[in-house]
Amino acid sequence: MALLEVKNITLRFGGLTAVNNLSFDIEEGSIRSLIGPNGAGKTSVFNCLTGFYKPTQGEILLEGQSIMNKKPHKITAMSMARTFQNLRLFKNLPVLENVMSGMHCRSNAGFLGAVLRTPKQRQEEKRIREVAEECLDFVGILHHKDRIAKNLPYGDQRKVEWARALATQPKLLLLDEPAAGLNYDEKEKLIQLIKRIRDERKITVFLIEHDMGLVMKISEKIFVLDYGQKIAEGTATEVQNNPRVIEAYLGKEEDEELE
Amino acid sequence: MSFQEIFLQQLFNGLLLGSFYGLVALGYSMVYGIIKLLNFAHADIYMVGGFISLAILKFFGGTFLGNAWLGIVTAMILTMIIVGLLGVAIQRVAYRPMFNAPRLSILITALGVSMILYNAVMVITGGEYRAYKTGLGYGGFNMGSVYVTHTQAILIVASMALMLVLHLFITRTMYGKAMRGIALDHDTCRLMGINVNKIIALTFFTGSALAAAAGMMAGVYYGSLHFFMGFVIGIKAFTAAVIGGIGIIPGAMLGGILLGLLESFGTQIPFIGSQWKDVFSFSILILILIFKPTGLLGKKESERM
Amino acid sequence: MTEKLEACETQPVVRKKTPLQGLSDTVYGIFENKRVRFSFIVLILVLTLLLPQMSSRYTQEVLTNAWFYIVVCLGLNIIVGFAGLLSLGYAAFFAVGAYTTGILSSHYGINFWATLPFSALAAIIAGIVIGGPTLRLRSDYLAIVTLGFGEITRLVVRNLRITGGASGLIGIERPVLFGVTLYQIQHFYYMFFVLAVLAIFVSYRLYDSRLGRAWQYIREDEDAAEAMGINVVSVRLYAFIIGSVFAAIAGSVMAAKMTAISPETFAFMQSIMILLAVVLGGMGKIPGVILGALVMVLFPELSREIGPYRMLIFGVLLLFLMIYRPQGLWPDHRT
Repeated sequence: MALLEVKNITLRFGGLTAVNNLSFDIEEGSIRSLIGPNGAGKTSVFNCLTGFYKPTQGEILLEGQSIMNKKPHKITAMSMARTFQNLRLFKNLPVLENVMSGMHCRSNAGFLGAVLRTPKQRQEEKRIREVAEECLDFVGILHHKDRIAKNLPYGDQRKVEWARALATQPKLLLLDEPAAGLNYDEKEKLIQLIKRIRDERKITVFLIEHDMGLVMKISEKIFVLDYGQKIAEGTATEVQNNPRVIEAYLGKEEDEELE
Repeated sequence: MSFQEIFLQQLFNGLLLGSFYGLVALGYSMVYGIIKLLNFAHADIYMVGGFISLAILKFFGGTFLGNAWLGIVTAMILTMIIVGLLGVAIQRVAYRPMFNAPRLSILITALGVSMILYNAVMVITGGEYRAYKTGLGYGGFNMGSVYVTHTQAILIVASMALMLVLHLFITRTMYGKAMRGIALDHDTCRLMGINVNKIIALTFFTGSALAAAAGMMAGVYYGSLHFFMGFVIGIKAFTAAVIGGIGIIPGAMLGGILLGLLESFGTQIPFIGSQWKDVFSFSILILILIFKPTGLLGKKESERM
Repeated sequence: MTEKLEACETQPVVRKKTPLQGLSDTVYGIFENKRVRFSFIVLILVLTLLLPQMSSRYTQEVLTNAWFYIVVCLGLNIIVGFAGLLSLGYAAFFAVGAYTTGILSSHYGINFWATLPFSALAAIIAGIVIGGPTLRLRSDYLAIVTLGFGEITRLVVRNLRITGGASGLIGIERPVLFGVTLYQIQHFYYMFFVLAVLAIFVSYRLYDSRLGRAWQYIREDEDAAEAMGINVVSVRLYAFIIGSVFAAIAGSVMAAKMTAISPETFAFMQSIMILLAVVLGGMGKIPGVILGALVMVLFPELSREIGPYRMLIFGVLLLFLMIYRPQGLWPDHRT
């Protein structure tokens, strides 16, 4: 059984079909990519998976359990975390507190715990802090933990988002264009980081990316989306040689290079 | 009274009440649609409209126009212009500096404006009721077995006409198109060369003028004004806007009339006396918000991540 | 491209401060120092405990009112300041508490202290009924629903027989503590003072907790908070209920102090005044809210001569404050 199974999902907004009869599986321990030209519906797929959009038809199973009618926070608690295409940090809060947010669904102190500061609550707070610091350390920005998130350089803000998603202790991590806005150096480090996330933390990674170089380097299997439909699936070389993909996607890249 | 008489009477009351609600609801809905502000001061604009029209009527009525139809119509046009400008001024002074502030701050600014208008009128009138005397008389006609004064009939027709004019303005003119565009996206409109600030000002002008007209009509109909008169109608007009779907112009009209009818028929249901009238309409508001927050004519919205 | 533009915007913006802002920031800066704050708090505590022994009845009356205001303002602050929800019918919850105590005490002769749990329970139920369905909607819808609820509550207590109709309830029993019947203003001065200290304590503890952080996350970015596994609706409901219980308990004690309550005590203006105190002081900042509550109680007392113009001036001040210092007098530096 695959970790994530997507079966025939369709998403319509009024007359517009954003995702059309899409099916794919993601096996545990793999790194998968979803590519496609602008407006192909990639982020819509992510939003369906994480419960922000409700697909019109189809079925999504995470570890064999349906997540079709689940709210986003439930899905996160069921071990699927995500990052956003445009940064969605808690801008005015310190970096550490940003990352601590990920631990919310892994802790449970309520009103009484907060007011009475029971030993259990204090232990939990300590653990939240430790996990958050460990995640920051993992992405390499622990030294920034007390800075206000919006004051960090762009690349580091991206890292805060990754750390925050890791802090939810997911089994499957969805990264929405993680390399967008990063420079060459940062991209190289990102490739290493994604590999470490899979190898050291045993987290399956599913990403949307525009940077073909990055996608080709790390993903074992690639899905190509165009007009909401899956037009190809396979290894980097297979996809690169697929005529439909070249037509829909790589052809466009050449045009851009000509400019 | 027979069942039929009661029915006709309540239908008529409901339509009249509903057209007041509709006129005020339009202002809420337009402003909300265009800058996503819940303009708390709008109800006070309605009240100020009533008082300004009374002042104008007194001023001219003593001279040459009289306070019969000629005077009333002139006063109404003047009131709409003056209060419309007041609305623009409020927008310019209080709301424009706040456009980039958090939602909560601008809502509180609106509360502040409401407090100023309300207390200013309270101070000026000494907190007392003011009689609204007109020379319209009580002539009328029988509709079935129900007696309807000319004034009542004309008020309904006039408010329907105002709504129709607004509808044509919004759907047929470039200004209306610009308004609808701004409701969707300010920045894109700016790029398209639309003077966004001007259109927002125009929206405030129109909304305030309509509320002022309703305020004046309420004065004519009830025969008195009070600084507190905006409060309840404010909530109800907002209810009407929500029933129809906030931000949707025909929705506000529909919601207003529907609420007016619901209220006038609702009070006829056994055990719901008139003292429960307001509880009844606020409960409708809450129920609508819970079960169909987008309103009757509203569509579901989805945002892009 | 857009990402790069955003990257430029994230650089800190240095704004020029007016001299007045500079001065106020320095004053608040002094209070950020722990030692200064601690000695200041001890001083205030000693003064407030001794005050009733050496002041007039009028002063005690005003200060009792101030402690009461601190409790309700801190309660509303949990809803508005912490969770970022605009409630315009807060006085209704205060009425729920007062009437629960009033009805149980005057109709059924139940001991005052025993009515408190019922009062809290009633507030929890009312909070769930009002908040449960509406908290998933846009924030300004909540404002209107709470406003509507406030009016419904007022009209209901006005029209029912059990609440004494328009004239209200009388003959609410005085509380008895250790065999002493509490009836003097001094007694209530201390009672409300204890309540205020309790409210401050609970507020601070909540602010720095898992729940408090969740409120901040939601205020900053609702979708991101949801994606991080925070149940936005339930966390908000928590804030709404906790705030309501604050109001209900304050209302109950108020009912015992007055021994008579009437519907008009809980009108819309009351809700607005409490909200204004919170905004004036600085939403989310506990000392700010306390300051706001004090200003709100003392300002009308100090400006009795201007009578009817009072609220007019207040409105103008509020407008200026919102335009020039929207974060309030003593803002929370994070927001």
